[in-house]
Amino acid sequence: MSAVVLRGFGWRHAGRRAWAIRDVDLEIAHGERVLLLGPSGAGKSTLLAALAGLLPDDSGESEGTVEVDGLDPRKARERVGILFQDPQTQLVMARSGDDVAFGLENRGVRESDIWPRVSDALDRVGFPYPITRPTAALSGGEAQRLALAGVLAMRPGLLLLDEPTANLDPAGASLVREAIVRSHLSDATLIIVEHRVAEALPLIDRVVVLAPGGGIRADGAPEMVFAAYGDQLADAGVWVPGFSFPPVKAAAAAGALLVRAEQLTVAQRLSPVSLCAAEGEVLAVTGPNGAGKSTLALAMGGLLAPSSGSVAAFGDPRPPHKWRATTLTGRIGSVFQNPEHQFVTTRVSDELALGPRRLGRSDAEVTAVVDALLDRLRLTRLAAANPYTLSGGEARRLSVATALATAPRLLILDEPTFGQDRRTWIELVTLLATLRDEGHAVVAVTHDDAFVRTLADRTFPLGTTPLADRPTLPRRRRP
Amino acid sequence: MSFVVRQIADPAAPLARRNPVAKLGAALLFSLPLIATLDPLTPALGLLVELALLPFFGLRHGALLRRAWPLTLAAAGILVTMVLFAADRSGRLLLDLGPFDVTTGVLVDALGLILRIFAVALPGVIVFATTDPTDLADALVQNAKAPSRFAIGALAAFRLLPLLGDEWQMLTLARRARGVDAGHNPLARLRLFVSTAFALLVGALRRGTRLAVAMDARGFDSGTPRTFARRQHFTAADTALLIGAAALAAAALTTTITLGFFHPIIG
Repeated sequence: MSAVVLRGFGWRHAGRRAWAIRDVDLEIAHGERVLLLGPSGAGKSTLLAALAGLLPDDSGESEGTVEVDGLDPRKARERVGILFQDPQTQLVMARSGDDVAFGLENRGVRESDIWPRVSDALDRVGFPYPITRPTAALSGGEAQRLALAGVLAMRPGLLLLDEPTANLDPAGASLVREAIVRSHLSDATLIIVEHRVAEALPLIDRVVVLAPGGGIRADGAPEMVFAAYGDQLADAGVWVPGFSFPPVKAAAAAGALLVRAEQLTVAQRLSPVSLCAAEGEVLAVTGPNGAGKSTLALAMGGLLAPSSGSVAAFGDPRPPHKWRATTLTGRIGSVFQNPEHQFVTTRVSDELALGPRRLGRSDAEVTAVVDALLDRLRLTRLAAANPYTLSGGEARRLSVATALATAPRLLILDEPTFGQDRRTWIELVTLLATLRDEGHAVVAVTHDDAFVRTLADRTFPLGTTPLADRPTLPRRRRP
Repeated sequence: MSFVVRQIADPAAPLARRNPVAKLGAALLFSLPLIATLDPLTPALGLLVELALLPFFGLRHGALLRRAWPLTLAAAGILVTMVLFAADRSGRLLLDLGPFDVTTGVLVDALGLILRIFAVALPGVIVFATTDPTDLADALVQNAKAPSRFAIGALAAFRLLPLLGDEWQMLTLARRARGVDAGHNPLARLRLFVSTAFALLVGALRRGTRLAVAMDARGFDSGTPRTFARRQHFTAADTALLIGAAALAAAALTTTITLGFFHPIIG
């Protein structure tokens, strides 16, 4: 087990004016299990990277000291293990066992010790497959379990978990939490960054809250910290237990029908489904992974051609997937699960202007729309920023704003609240409720129970017919 | 995904089992000498040898053909180019097309080039069709003393490739959702292609960076000498494979020289 000491620690990434983190004085004793909280931008990930020895001298400027067991973390690397968010970019090898062995090879562990330690680590996380299982065939939650095994196999004295479940659906996230619990972390000091406090509580015995401007705002036992700072933390975006949000349901009955799918089928992706959405309602499409929720959103949004069945929308005799893109974007706004897929320009304001310009709006109209949206979604400050440099919450708000810029009557969103902090979540729910009350139809594919409870006027549970293991997207036929 | 190298061979076949570095070396030793001459006989002999050896690699001809089909495109390209641009139009006239006369001379030259492409490329195709990428990286590090930073790094990057196909489709769909499509304008299509490709590249670089950090966090850059979880052995049979490949190439060249067809590429 390792101990951590920080004295006046600060770090500024090369080329940035602001310090990512500053004035941190913190001592963590052997075997403590700490939840590290703070609003986005408070430097939580930077602190973990510093402890993992992943901030090389030439990548920025440091202040104060940081020590793991009295050593510079860059010299104590073999004592520290870190698990990141995205399992896809942590797995190195093609076979599961080889991946766990990778770290052991790097550390020069004797050949005869490697495989016993691999199977021990896989047992600890409850990995259910043989070591030859291809890593490409694992679900997100299984892959993250495997990544955890790869870290545990190296027997770190200090284990750092950087939002280990943020990229996973609820089933995958519970797989990983279960693995963390069952791997008996009693032999390691633990620091975990996690927005969803309720889910981290069983793992921890101390909470440290970073203040956004630098320093530490609160430090202590979980119940004490949440009693004293719960409301401040909730305002800052942390999902503190006990702070719920009141439902916002439609006041009026739904209006005219905007889109209707009949026996809509996409080969190997979506079993036949019939549903419709009308003006002034929020329809939530729920269901387990692999049921074809995202495919349904793409097909209803005119982005995928159905292999059988039909989609009819806006009274147009042609189905949406045969519309020109400009027609489509004026009628249906699609918001993808990964906001970055949708960014086409290099400035936030250009991103918002793109749609209206494609529709041939005048410069004055475009400017008016862009300014209104920047203001409505708190992006004015970022108007000149590159969309790829935005934080998760900012990128999500921008992707929703781009879909709104052409004022489509129908909005189709894929996991809009996925991985968002509480503040962005409330903003999105409030915005979508307003749009619904203005007469838009909102279709949201979601795993988020709170979102469904708070906002959905109707829920459509998508069936559980098992489909092919890992299908790829079928190609869109040219209109 | 077409560029994922799936093994299509029986891994227990006598030559498929050989050390990956030995297979790669043998492929080079065999195919490089074939480049030395311009006649069609040498590559034809080489191809005969390669096809005769296929069963020892556990490969069926049909499976290999499916893997090697891009080579037929190259062959067709050569044929068209030769018919259009060949300077030497000697020999018997077969088809009267004015400046593009097809003569026996043109066809023999084209055949020679096409055979060369197949004869030189097939050994490589065979090696990669019968070799697991992980085994290849292991053998490169352990038997060929390649730096592990390079071999394992390439292997890790290789694992991310299949994601690019899905990513490309999502980017294309997302652009249509944003109101960006090219219609029938070829210039707009090219622009859209370039911008999508750029977005794909940016995404790939970000993923690559994250992967590199994760690898370093697991000690990849620690400087400690690595140990090997999987042993690759270079045995006498592997040496024999190398010698055999060199001998077969020499035999093919000797036959050509003896029969007087040898036409050196230099001089």
